[in-house]
Amino acid sequence: MIAVELIKMLIRPRTWMIIGMLVALPTLVAVLLAVTELGPRPGTGPPFLSAVLSDGTLFPLAALGVVLPLFLPIAVAVLGGDAIAGESQTGTLRYLLVRPVGRTSLLLAKLVTVVAFVLLAVLVVAGVSYLEGRLLLGTAPATGTVSLSGSTLTQQDLGWRTTLALGYVVICMLGVAAVALFFSTVTTSSIAAALGTVGVLIASTVLLGLDAAAALHPYLPTRYWLAFVDLFRDPIMWRDVQRGLVVQLSYLVVFTLAAWASFTTKDITD
Amino acid sequence: MTEKARSNGQVIRTRALTKRYKDLRAVDAIDLEVAEGDVYGFLGANGSGKTTTVRMLLGLVLPTSGETEILGKPMPAARRAVLPNIGALVEAPGSYPHLSGRANLALLDATGADRSSPQERRARIGHVLEQVGLDPADRRPTRAYSLGMRQRLGLAAALMRRPQLLVLDEPTNGLDPQGIQEIRRLLLELNRQGTTIFLSSHLLAEVEQMCTRVGVLDRGRLVVQERLDLLLRPTGLVEVRTPDSFRCASLLGDAVVLVEGERLLVRSDDPAELNAHLVGHGVRVVEVGFHRRGLEAVVLEAGARS
Repeated sequence: MIAVELIKMLIRPRTWMIIGMLVALPTLVAVLLAVTELGPRPGTGPPFLSAVLSDGTLFPLAALGVVLPLFLPIAVAVLGGDAIAGESQTGTLRYLLVRPVGRTSLLLAKLVTVVAFVLLAVLVVAGVSYLEGRLLLGTAPATGTVSLSGSTLTQQDLGWRTTLALGYVVICMLGVAAVALFFSTVTTSSIAAALGTVGVLIASTVLLGLDAAAALHPYLPTRYWLAFVDLFRDPIMWRDVQRGLVVQLSYLVVFTLAAWASFTTKDITD
Repeated sequence: MTEKARSNGQVIRTRALTKRYKDLRAVDAIDLEVAEGDVYGFLGANGSGKTTTVRMLLGLVLPTSGETEILGKPMPAARRAVLPNIGALVEAPGSYPHLSGRANLALLDATGADRSSPQERRARIGHVLEQVGLDPADRRPTRAYSLGMRQRLGLAAALMRRPQLLVLDEPTNGLDPQGIQEIRRLLLELNRQGTTIFLSSHLLAEVEQMCTRVGVLDRGRLVVQERLDLLLRPTGLVEVRTPDSFRCASLLGDAVVLVEGERLLVRSDDPAELNAHLVGHGVRVVEVGFHRRGLEAVVLEAGARS
């Protein structure tokens, strides 16, 4: 079932359009930076963006920093929200279930597919922006890349830290995927499910900006999204990355269970 | 048929199957019995609970109470074992609009647990597409399909696994008269080869032409369940049309059951004898023959009784 869902995702034009859009924004940023050579001042703007003018190898990270706060979560919300509700809308859900495909295995296949999409999207964004960084922006100093703490990282060091960061970004989307999947089981409109998910993310961002909600901050799904930056300090600051993992896994477990409870007891009437 | 043989040949059997939504009894304690080889016509007005019943049979809607046995196994508990032997068309057909009909069937086919080779799968899909009258080489996305083509594709999906039982909800919806006839011929051919067909419809003519047994649902209750030929057998009455209806009525006296303009219903076993009798007494007869009820009359009568 998982294989069928993956194929469905890959042969769907929409998947590639979304990835194209995810790539388009960092590309625009790279071109603008290369043409104007006007980077944001250090410490302002998306992470790493001020450093890429002098060191293009950091551009994949800068690109993820650009895409992560808004574009990627919306893409995940759209795909996750479409998972069950979309099948419902095309009238294919009931035919899958009488095939029979078990409700639990369908739900799992959908979740795995959304995660696979995130992985694919992150890899494509990182790959394309790496090329752009090398071609359009500055090359790394011969001595190696400078970490955020001022020390020098070897190419090898940078390589595995970047891999870790990509993995962390994928994990950050697990919570979004699970929330979207849950909404997808309670409504038959994939747009409603996607918007509901985006609503949750916006609420989380709003609360993060509010000091009065400080007690809630550690539990908000978007709180630790940019913690991958800490992987480029020397030594690595693990605290926020670890907390981010715990938060995302908690959202994943809670909302996947909620989706399962809702979907396996639901009357399929459309 | 003995009771034992009957219970063995039962393909669908429900006992007091009920679905309640809050205060509404959408399906109210129905006892369906569909025997092997039947073409069972499941009739009822819109909103009478037909679709909810079909969905409960297939495990899509969970019943409030009651039992269902399909092919001798309990549903929905045994759905993994039961559903692979059923082909279903539930209300409208469904397909992914950006894919061709063939690609849609291939995706659906791939979700099955069977280990068929790619060649077998391709052949199987080509065969069902031809069976329902679609071009297996058609590469257009189903978004471009007409309503009738979608309906045919839905049927193809139902036929793909060579099911023992076909559960079809309004299968000829959206088809032109020629398409309806083609599909009817296909279904009857499958039935001859041993497929039991459970056909839910509001089209009385369709059911009257195809079915061997009929169940009628009225506001959630099963008000009729009987063999079609028994429902439509002669009523023991003779229908007479005559311009002299008053003379005719007074001549025949108590034997007349109903006078309606120029039409009379008369208790009699022999129209020829009755005709001779009437003409002999100077009653002009336009038409005389056995009275049979149409399915429509049976259904309306059952609805009025309940």
